This record gives sequence, C-alpha cells and structure tokens, in this order.
Amino acid sequence: MVTDQERTLDPVVKVQGLRNQFGSTVVHQGLDLDVRRGEILGVVGGSGSGKSVLMRAILGLRPPQAGTIEVLGERIDQGASAHSLLRRRTGVLFQDGALFSSLTVRENVEVPIKTHYPDMPAALRRDLARLKIRMVGLSASAGAKLPSELSGGMRKRAGLARALAVDPELLFLDEPTAGLDPIGAAAFDQLLVTLSQALGLTVFLITHDLDTLYAICDRVAVIGDGRIIVTGPLSEVENFEHEWVQDYFHGPRARAANQADRAGS
Amino acid sequence: MTERPDIQTDPDRSGTLVATGDWRIDAVGGRPFSAGAMSGDATELDATAVDRLDSVGALLLLQAAEQVGIDPGGIVLREEHRPLIEAVIAAAGSSEPEPDPEATWVSFLAHVGEVTTSFGGGFKLFLGFLGLGMTSLVRTAFRPSQWRITSTVHHMEQTGLNALPLVLLLSFLIGAVIAYLGATVLKEFGAELFVVDLITIAFFREMGVLVTAIIVAGRTASAFTAQIGTMKSREEIDAMRTLGLDPFVLLVMPRLVALLVMLPILAAAATLAGMAGGMTVSAFSLGIGFDLFMSRIHETLDLRHYLVGLVKAPLFAIVIALIGCLEGFKVTGTAQSVGEHTTSAVVQSISLVIVINALAAVFFMEVGW
Repeated sequence: MVTDQERTLDPVVKVQGLRNQFGSTVVHQGLDLDVRRGEILGVVGGSGSGKSVLMRAILGLRPPQAGTIEVLGERIDQGASAHSLLRRRTGVLFQDGALFSSLTVRENVEVPIKTHYPDMPAALRRDLARLKIRMVGLSASAGAKLPSELSGGMRKRAGLARALAVDPELLFLDEPTAGLDPIGAAAFDQLLVTLSQALGLTVFLITHDLDTLYAICDRVAVIGDGRIIVTGPLSEVENFEHEWVQDYFHGPRARAANQADRAGS
Repeated sequence: MTERPDIQTDPDRSGTLVATGDWRIDAVGGRPFSAGAMSGDATELDATAVDRLDSVGALLLLQAAEQVGIDPGGIVLREEHRPLIEAVIAAAGSSEPEPDPEATWVSFLAHVGEVTTSFGGGFKLFLGFLGLGMTSLVRTAFRPSQWRITSTVHHMEQTGLNALPLVLLLSFLIGAVIAYLGATVLKEFGAELFVVDLITIAFFREMGVLVTAIIVAGRTASAFTAQIGTMKSREEIDAMRTLGLDPFVLLVMPRLVALLVMLPILAAAATLAGMAGGMTVSAFSLGIGFDLFMSRIHETLDLRHYLVGLVKAPLFAIVIALIGCLEGFKVTGTAQSVGEHTTSAVVQSISLVIVINALAAVFFMEVGW
C-alpha cells in the first residue's frame, strides 16, 4: 500500500532485510531503512551497534550476507562495476576525513573532479576546488597544505569539501562532529544545514552528538539489536517505548541538549 | 528540457543577458563554457530561464557576470536558486590569494641542501643510537628484571625461525650457481676439484653470512621500521613514556637481542645450505662424489675461515636492528612517512651490510687471516 505522501517522499536509499555478520557475530538481522530525498537523517545507536557497518554496506564497501540495498534507484550488489554514476552522485565523509595524505587539500578536492570529469579544464577545476574549500569554511591558504599540517576540525572540513566536490545528491557523514570542540561542532552543524539547503542535499548522518541531532536532523533512526528500532521525527522517537531509546534521549546529557535547543529556538 | 548552458543577449531587452539551459556539472562537464555571445554593454543578467543549477554552474555564472562587468547582486535568479548563489558568492567573496608555490629550481636547491645536511645529521643520529643501544645492552644485561623475555623470543621467532626456509633456499641456490660458475672456469684447466675449495672458502668466509644479512635486512629491518613507525604514528610511544616505560628498552632491546642471537644461527644454516647446493651440483654434473667432497673440505678448511665469517654476524645484526628501529622512531604521523622510512631502512641496512662486508674482507686479507 503506497500512499501519495510516501510517493512524494521517494526514498533515496532503500535498505530491506539487510543481514551483516562477521564470523558468527551477527551485526544486522532483517534491517530496513529508508532515507527520503532532501532530508537530514540522523542515525544513532550504541557503540558497536553497527552504524558504520550499515554505512559501509550502503556504500557497497562491504557485501552484505543478505538483503537488498537500493541507492538512487540502483541496486547495490557485487559485480556492478564501480557504480561510477552512483559514486559521482554520492559523497562520503569518513570519521577522520580520510584525506589522501600525500596530496594537498586542494589536490584532494580535485581528485573526484578529475576522476569523474577528466575533460574539465584545469583552471575551472582549480576554481571549483577553491570554491569548495572556502564553502566549507577553510581559508584559501589551507588548500596548499598537506592533511598532516591541519588540525582535526580542519581535516573534517577538508574531507567535507572533497565529499562535496562534484555536487553529490546524497552525502554520507560518519560522526562529523566527533572530536571537535563544542564551538567547532556547532559551526560544523550550521555549515551542514547551510550547505544541504543551498545544494539540495540528502544527508545520511551517523552521530553520537545529541546537539547535532537536536539542531539539524529532520528524522532520526535508532539502530540496535541488529535492526532499526524506530525512525521518525525527533519528537516521536524521544517518546518511543524502548529501554535504550529512553536512556539515550532522557539521560542527563540529552536533557541538557534538549534544553539548549528549546532555549535557542 | 536539459539544454546546454548558454548565455545570449536578449533581442527584446537591450543590455540584458539571458542565461538558459542546464547549469549543472554534467552539462557543463568537460566543455569549457564559451562566452561567445556575451558582447555588448550588458548591465543585467537574467538567469530565471536556467532550469537547474549546481555549484559549478553558479561558479560559471558568476565568472560570466564578472567578465562583462555585472555586479553579482545584479543577477536575476529564480527563488530556488538564490541560496546556492548566495553561498557561492559568500565563499568567493572571502577570497585571499593562495600562496604561490616555490619555483622549481628553488625547491630543487632546497631539496639538495636538505639531503646533504641530513646525511651528516643522519649519521650522527645513528652513532647516538648505536651508543644508546650499546649502553642499554650492557646496563640491562645485569638487570634480569628488565629483560623482556617474551618479546625477545617472539622476535627471535619472527626474524629467525620464520626466515629460515627462505635463507636455506636462497643459499642453496647461490651455492649451486657458484659451483656451476667455478666448474665452467676450472674445467678448462682440468681442475674441477678446486670447485670444492671455491665453494667452501666462499661460503664460510663471505657468502653464508652476507646472504643471510641481506635477506634479514630486507625482511626484518623493514618490519621493525613499520612496526615501530605505526606505533609512533598512533602515539603508542608517547603513551609508553607517560607510563614511565622506556621505549628503547621495551622496543629496541628485544629486537636487537633477538637479531644478535638469530643472525649467527641463520648464517650457519645458510653456510650449510650453500655447501649442500654446491655439493649437489658437484655430484651431478662434475662427478665429485660425497666422500671426495668431504675430504677436500677437510684439506681446505681452517677454523679461521669460519671465524672470519662468523665474526661479522653480530656486527650485521646490530646494524640491521638499529637502523630498522631508528627509522621507525623517525616516522612522523602519516602513512606515507611509514612507507618512506621503511624504504630508507632497507636501503640503508643493505648498503651498510655490503660496505662493512667489503671493508672486513679487505682487512682480513691484509692481516692475512
């Protein structure tokens, strides 16, 4: 049964019956998840609950044991060679930026442009890379630096610039604010909102940061027991009857973040 | 629907440029945007006819506007494209010149200077490390509580036992090749029997220990550098220091002791394997049987030959272990640095082994041992 409303909110990512296991350890079992176009979906869960594994499976970096994954209407499975089109339409920010350490920041940002648009003139490519570097809030002089010369927060921004290099529709972020100071984290949250509005992004966001959840996520998916426990707007998820969910959203840190958000808005 | 991005002068409104088409990276893609029809004294850019826009399109649109001298604020846009253009303008507005890269010849000269000074510095560093190694070795020798027995045995297995098959195989083959070589030359003089002398002297004095040292330098020095380098880049070394542990005693000593013990043993095994290789070739293609071979060895070989070879083994062990560990400690942060120092460790230790071996050969010949 498909209602009209669901059709307009067509899923950009559609995961069904996903099963992932390492040896005898089952990480996911019958996991279903939809990511709708234009939303920022926050994925939360305890350490070791398989958030990153889910992201790697969706990205096709890890073949699942069972289940289907569709991204932007294409099936992700083994053998589908490199998913070149898919790679171009998705951007990924790994936990520590995962910048190529032998290249400068600007060269890092140019890598996806060069890969997907080899014919683009070098001057335009350079301008575009500079634009992205400045859009994520780095100074132009940072472009000439090597990743090892940057602080953790700057590396994340540089990683975001690379993820956004070819204007992807879908952005994957793995704990983008982990390891940033609160001011830097808040600025990063704001940056994500601005960019996702300006570029019309759909964002799949793994986070432990309650402030990020309250500040920018349209919907939240809670992962646990090998499946998605609940998805929905934050107000619904908060009140969901599940021990871990209650602990998570009503613990001392959650209350502080909640209050801060209420006070701010 | 999706046309090429284009800018035309509006025939109806003079002074107005009209942008049309699909201004996304796919459409703009490889082709540089041609601003052919943008002549004239336009004062306004109407982009409401642009179907789709992404940041590349926005960048090009702004660049086009700049070319004809239109203020970025004077671009007329659809409502949905406004946030994007504003974000791009904001980013472009804060432009500051990127520092110019150095001229090639300047960086080349700088590189030459850097390498030259690093030669001296590197040698000094190695000498310091050698001193540190020797004093620690002596100091810990009398303090059994500081012996890292488990770690030492682990490294003995890694560097010694696990290298044994490779060392045996390669030495056997080299022994066989030397025997063939000797046979080819000596046959013309009818002196095939001297092949035995050749192999015996070569392996006991030089080849046994040299082949082993080169294999171990390639295999173990690189492993030491990669292990310690990875620990360094993950701040494990700093963690040890803050816990009051001496990384030198903890990391270098077990490796040094393990190599000091294992390299002579490996060298002895290599010598035997080389002799076996020579013996095999002698038996099958020269007709020198086992008994003849053995009796010829007894006539040729003195204990001094073996000692001259064996005395070099601990020297090589020290060089290989210390260079491998020292390069590991030099690693800074990145994965690339680990790779660079691993290469450097292998190159340095193999070169030093060969240089030391050559010097030792000259010395022992001159002394007449």
